Amino acid sequence: MSTPPDVVVTGYGATTPLGGDAVSTWDALLAGKSGVGLTQGEWVGKYDLPVKISAQLAVEPTEILARVQARRMDRCEQVAVVAAREAWAHAGSPEVESERLAVVIGTGIGGAVTLLAQDDLLENDGLRKVSPLTVPMLMPNGPAAMVSLEIGARGGVHAPASACASGAEALAWAWRLLRAGEVDVVVAGGAEACITGITVAGFVQARTLSRRNDEPERASRPFDVGRDGFVLGEGSGIMVLERADFAAARGATVHGKLAGIGLTSDAYHITGPDPEGAGQTRAMAAAVRSAGLEPSDIGHVNCHATSTVVGDVGESVAVRKALGEHPVLTAPKSALGHLVGAAGAVEGLIAMLSVRDGVIPATLNLEDLDPGVSLDVVAGEPRKVELSAAMNNSFGFGGHNASLVFTRP
Amino acid sequence: MADNAEILSGLAEIVEEVAGIDAADVSTEKSFVDDLDIDSLSMVEIAVQAEDKFGVKIPDDQLAELKTVGDAVSYIAKNK
Repeated sequence: MSTPPDVVVTGYGATTPLGGDAVSTWDALLAGKSGVGLTQGEWVGKYDLPVKISAQLAVEPTEILARVQARRMDRCEQVAVVAAREAWAHAGSPEVESERLAVVIGTGIGGAVTLLAQDDLLENDGLRKVSPLTVPMLMPNGPAAMVSLEIGARGGVHAPASACASGAEALAWAWRLLRAGEVDVVVAGGAEACITGITVAGFVQARTLSRRNDEPERASRPFDVGRDGFVLGEGSGIMVLERADFAAARGATVHGKLAGIGLTSDAYHITGPDPEGAGQTRAMAAAVRSAGLEPSDIGHVNCHATSTVVGDVGESVAVRKALGEHPVLTAPKSALGHLVGAAGAVEGLIAMLSVRDGVIPATLNLEDLDPGVSLDVVAGEPRKVELSAAMNNSFGFGGHNASLVFTRP
Repeated sequence: MADNAEILSGLAEIVEEVAGIDAADVSTEKSFVDDLDIDSLSMVEIAVQAEDKFGVKIPDDQLAELKTVGDAVSYIAKNK
C-alpha cells in the first residue's frame, strides 16, 4: 500500500465578528480587538433575557451576496458561501475534476432562524405564506450543499454535526477523505448564524452564557478567575485542502499542512465534559500520533476554552496530560466569542496562521489566571514564537472531541 | 380592472423580486423555465405573490399549465 498523501491548505476564507474576511479577522485578533457587543436584532426587545451581549458579524453577508441568492439562503448558508468564495479565490480557483472535489461543512444548529420565521408564518398567515425554500434553508447540510453549488463539487458533500466541534470535525473529515485518496481537493469548514431568542434562552437555561452585559468586550475571558460563561457568536471559516502532490503539480501556494487529526467521544454526559478529560486527552494524543509527531513537537495549543468555569480548567488539565507542560496556550474565543459550529474551523485557521507567521494572538481579558490552569497562556500582547507545530482543540455538547495538528508546509 | 399590460408589469415586478430577473426581460413570449431559468420553488413563490397582488386563485394543476409569461397574464386576466 502506498503512503497516504500529505494534506495541505492552499486557501482560506472567513467572516467573523472581527472582520468580513480572513485577513481582517487575523489582523483584528493580533491587534487585540473584541468582536463582542450589545446584541442587535428585532427580537431583542421582545424578551427580557438576562444575556444582552453576543459577537455578531462585522460585515453582513447580504452586503456581499446578490440579493436573490441571499434571499434563497438561511443566514448560516450565507456566511458559508461568503467564506467559501473567499477561500476558493484565495486558493486560485483550482482546476480540478468536479468528481474529485468534495465539500465538508459542519454546523451546530443550522437554519434555526429560518425554522422560527417560517413557523411564525404558518401560525399567523397559514400554509400559503410558508416559503417553498423552508426545508433547503433550514437543513443542516444546507451550508455544505450551497457551497457545492457555488464551486461545482460532485465528489461528495458532507455536513458533520457535532455542536461546537462541527467545524473542526469537518476539517478532520476532509483530511480523512484526502488521505484515503477519495478526492484531490476538499473545501471544508464550519458555519453558524443562530443568534436569536430561543438559542440565547436555551444557552441561558443551560447556565452557559456570560451575563457581563455592562462590559461586553470584557465578558469573554477564558482562563481568567472572573469568567462566567461564553459569549454566543456567529460566522464561518472555510479552508481549501488538497493532496500535497496535487497542490504542487498546479503550483499552488501552500500556507500550512493539516498534519494530523484526533476525533473521540466521551459517552459521559450530554453537555458536561468528562472531569478526567479522558476523551479530550485521547483526541489530542491521536492527533499527535496521526501527524507522526511527538507531544514535545506541539509548541502551541489554540484552545477550545470558551470562558466557562468548568471547561477551561478541564481542557488545561487534558493538555498537560496529553502533551506536557511546555505548550503555550491561547483562547481566541476571548475576542471572537463562541462561533459554535464555525468555531473549530475559524480557530483551526488561526492556529495554522500562528505556525505560518510565527505569532500567537493574545487571550483578551486574562487578568488573573485561574490557579487551576498552571500553563503558559499568552496574554496582553501577541507573542512572536517560532513554531513547528500547533494544535487546535474543539469540544462539543454531546461529548465530541476534535483535535487538529497544523505544521509548516 | 387592470388590462393585460398592467398585469404584465405587475407580474414582471414579482419575477424580479423573487428570481432576480430584470423586469424588462419578462415579456409575454418567454417561458418561465426555458427562457427565464426559474425553478419550481421560485414558481411557487411567484404564484403566491401573484395571487395576493391580483386577487386570483392559482391552483397547483393550473400553475403547471402556465408555461409562458403570456399564459400567466391571460390566466390572471380571465380569473380576476
